[in-house]
Amino acid sequence: MADIPVSLTVNGVAHEAVVEPRKILADLLREDCRLTGTHIGCEHGVCGACTVLVDGRAVRSCLVFAVQVDGSEVTTVEGLAADGELTPVQQAFQQEHGLQCGFCTPGFVMSVTAFLRDRPDPSDEEIRDALSGNLCRCTGYQGIVRAVRRAASA
Amino acid sequence: MKPAPFDYVAPTTVEESVAALADGSGDAKVLAGGQSLVPILALRLSRFDRLVDLGRVASLRGVSRRNGTLTVGAMTRQADVEHDPAVAEAAPLLARAVPFIGHFQIRNRGTVGGSIAHADPAAELPAVALALDADLEVAGPDGTRTVAARDFFVSMFMTALDDAEVLTAVHLPVWGPGSGFALREAARRHGDFALAGVACGVRVTDGRVDKAAIGLFGMGSTPLRGHAAEDAMVGVAPADLDLDELGRLVVADTGPPDDVHASASYRKATAARLAAAALRTAIEEATRG
Repeated sequence: MADIPVSLTVNGVAHEAVVEPRKILADLLREDCRLTGTHIGCEHGVCGACTVLVDGRAVRSCLVFAVQVDGSEVTTVEGLAADGELTPVQQAFQQEHGLQCGFCTPGFVMSVTAFLRDRPDPSDEEIRDALSGNLCRCTGYQGIVRAVRRAASA
Repeated sequence: MKPAPFDYVAPTTVEESVAALADGSGDAKVLAGGQSLVPILALRLSRFDRLVDLGRVASLRGVSRRNGTLTVGAMTRQADVEHDPAVAEAAPLLARAVPFIGHFQIRNRGTVGGSIAHADPAAELPAVALALDADLEVAGPDGTRTVAARDFFVSMFMTALDDAEVLTAVHLPVWGPGSGFALREAARRHGDFALAGVACGVRVTDGRVDKAAIGLFGMGSTPLRGHAAEDAMVGVAPADLDLDELGRLVVADTGPPDDVHASASYRKATAARLAAAALRTAIEEATRG
């Protein structure tokens, strides 16, 4: 069970680590890169809390082994706000009360960031479909849907 | 939970991948997109000595069309197929099935070949491959072979693939003008595995159905074909088809699962309605002129 060297770019910063093949990307980000903004909820691909962008695509970082993304560019929630200024998606979540406890929020924000980049003017149905892969257990989804709508028109 | 430890290799060619699977030093498993395998490992429903990651094999990615056949590389991401105009034109049923798979984050990683080789009987793509009479290209230690979809799905999560074989490509016939396709499924929530689902294609030539294909999923231990209903459709003018009767015919010989998610009789009744609705949509498209 040989460990394997991995090098990747996270939020524009080069990282190198030597990892067990079974280490999921979410754990690499949290433990090796010390970026704990990516949250781990279910650890088997259901809740979406660990969503990050790998080469621009939103993926569940609990369903990707770190060794699979050797050479990739990863964006986490820490990589969104430039110089402390929130992105339109982050601002909209704040303004529309799209979060309460905040545990699921990084996953929602990353999913929505990718979604609105690819579909800047979505219908309500498309918004709900795009949100269906992320679970929130306390805020409720109304504020989150409004936040997406607001971010889309921002 | 965390997966049990395993060794990991990431070959860059099919030959190396097959060699890594065949090397005999323990239980090896192909890792494609990982959207089914990684949860299985995380829940420790299964464990392997070695994973052979196909993610670096460039020749397994991409879509091409030649002589009435659309070829989809096994490692082509589901999201890429979903948004590829060439797929929508040549194999509309495949393009329309993909949005039913999980969520967009899953489709960004999940692959066409991975879903087919995993052979979940409730999954969409195995039923699409079966309905469209796909040819599945397989590489193994003794070279390559082609397995017809009807011979590929053996039982629940079991396929005709040997341990050291890799599914490399999916060949789908292009149906051409006068055809229509539809997929319908019933699931508790969008993105969940279907309780029951139907994927179908209908071609109408000179006012009569000359080709019909019906695939069922969630209705048995493998995807199923609705051959009796297909045969009943061929040669008949679309207006003369009794879709409700065809729906009943589609499910007549099935023995769907009876479990906590849905009873067998509910699945049967649902699939019959879904089949009628899917056939109606496909026929409308085929006869739109």
